[in-house]
Amino acid sequence: MSESLHHVATLPTARRPGCPFDPPAELLDARGHGPLSRCTHVGGKPGWLITGYDLVRSVLADPRFSSRKELLNVGDFEIAPAPPGEFLLTDEPQHGRYRKPLVGRFTVRRMRLLTERIEQITADCLDAMEEAGPPTDLVTAFAKPIPTIVICELLGVPYGDRGSFQEQIDTFMGGATSDEELIAAYTATQEYLAGLVVAKRANPTDDVLSELTDSDLTDEELKGMSLVLLAAGFDTTANMLSLGTFALLRNPEQLAALRADPTLTDAAVEELLRYLSVAKTFMRTALEDVEVGGQIIEAGTTVVLSYNTANRDPERFTDPHVLDVRRRDAVGHLAFSHGIHQCLGQQLARVEMRVAFRALIDRFPTLRLAVPAEEVGLRPETADIYGVTSLPVTWDERRS
Amino acid sequence: MSAARLRVDRERCIGAGMCALTAPEVFDQDPDDGRVLLLHPDPLITRPTATRMAAGVCPSGALTLQDRPTGRDAGGDPP
Repeated sequence: MSESLHHVATLPTARRPGCPFDPPAELLDARGHGPLSRCTHVGGKPGWLITGYDLVRSVLADPRFSSRKELLNVGDFEIAPAPPGEFLLTDEPQHGRYRKPLVGRFTVRRMRLLTERIEQITADCLDAMEEAGPPTDLVTAFAKPIPTIVICELLGVPYGDRGSFQEQIDTFMGGATSDEELIAAYTATQEYLAGLVVAKRANPTDDVLSELTDSDLTDEELKGMSLVLLAAGFDTTANMLSLGTFALLRNPEQLAALRADPTLTDAAVEELLRYLSVAKTFMRTALEDVEVGGQIIEAGTTVVLSYNTANRDPERFTDPHVLDVRRRDAVGHLAFSHGIHQCLGQQLARVEMRVAFRALIDRFPTLRLAVPAEEVGLRPETADIYGVTSLPVTWDERRS
Repeated sequence: MSAARLRVDRERCIGAGMCALTAPEVFDQDPDDGRVLLLHPDPLITRPTATRMAAGVCPSGALTLQDRPTGRDAGGDPP
């Protein structure tokens, strides 16, 4: 009986002041009414909001729900299909065509081989931070450069181009600039990548992009795929590192436990992924009438999948609103999604986070916020990836 | 608990690596195509907990547990 269903008026909803790590209250409230709610999309179209862990997982694993961008039914406007190569917004078999040549490059084993290099990159960032002295913005000193350098090296962005390249992707992912600036940065990044594809085809080196040129993918598709790898691999990890540090600093007993016991690092990373869920929501559109949680979702209707409420579902996670670095049930969280689109770079993200969080807390035993917690700037819910805009921190300098 | 069979469907595998991460003693990934490799012939007997956990977190449905009849006929279950 859809009349009795809870209805969330408009998405997205804002987070409550003073609760930077918790999903918006309306979404948690919706979960309290059941795993499935009606909602109104931003463009005025009616849709469904799924907040329960089991239902989110089942929709993500169901091929009757499409990821194709042009099928999104959120308002009275046409949406263009995703450009070639942007595989997050495609279905099978096209998605597999893009993903398959990449998979062997991102295995657990392969990513672990990068540990030493990531440790070096992290140490360099921390050296620079220490040398410059407190206070500093942890986003610019630590959270952004580490994943940027790593993804540039993996993709094969030449060292000399890295500075301007980083600036461009920073601008188009940051969301804090004007539309004109954003489009200009996006276009510049695309043009840069198009040139890079041509260069790698002519002179392949030992990197992912060069390896991809040895396939049947077109230059246009390779450009699109590179852009996805960048966007998905950079902004998400950067925000996990900065927001994750913020969360640890606001939970000093958890930080102390992690500092005292390095064997907790892997578990702490999974728990921060679950607790923060920086990739908060994704959408799918029903290709046919599908029964979900006892309701029929009609063909052509777009559903919003709330990862952050699913990851706080009390039926799946014990005391879900508690950050607990010793937690054992965090495994299986949806921070990297589920189904065929589950994050390709998740094993890389794990290695980066394990190395970077560990090195940061070992290097700066007295690390703390340099401003009151309420003054830390937070990204709005309209941003694709949640996080902080900057994280001012300070520490006691070692006497030499 | 042992009345189940593990099915490994390499065609469905998307190479997310969750099995190799959660149960590295049971699963690995092919170095070329990243798809699942089974390291034990019957891991539900040798490593039941890890195997079940890996199947539970597999995102693509490449690893599934299927019930099979319990009792004396279990060994004669068709593949």
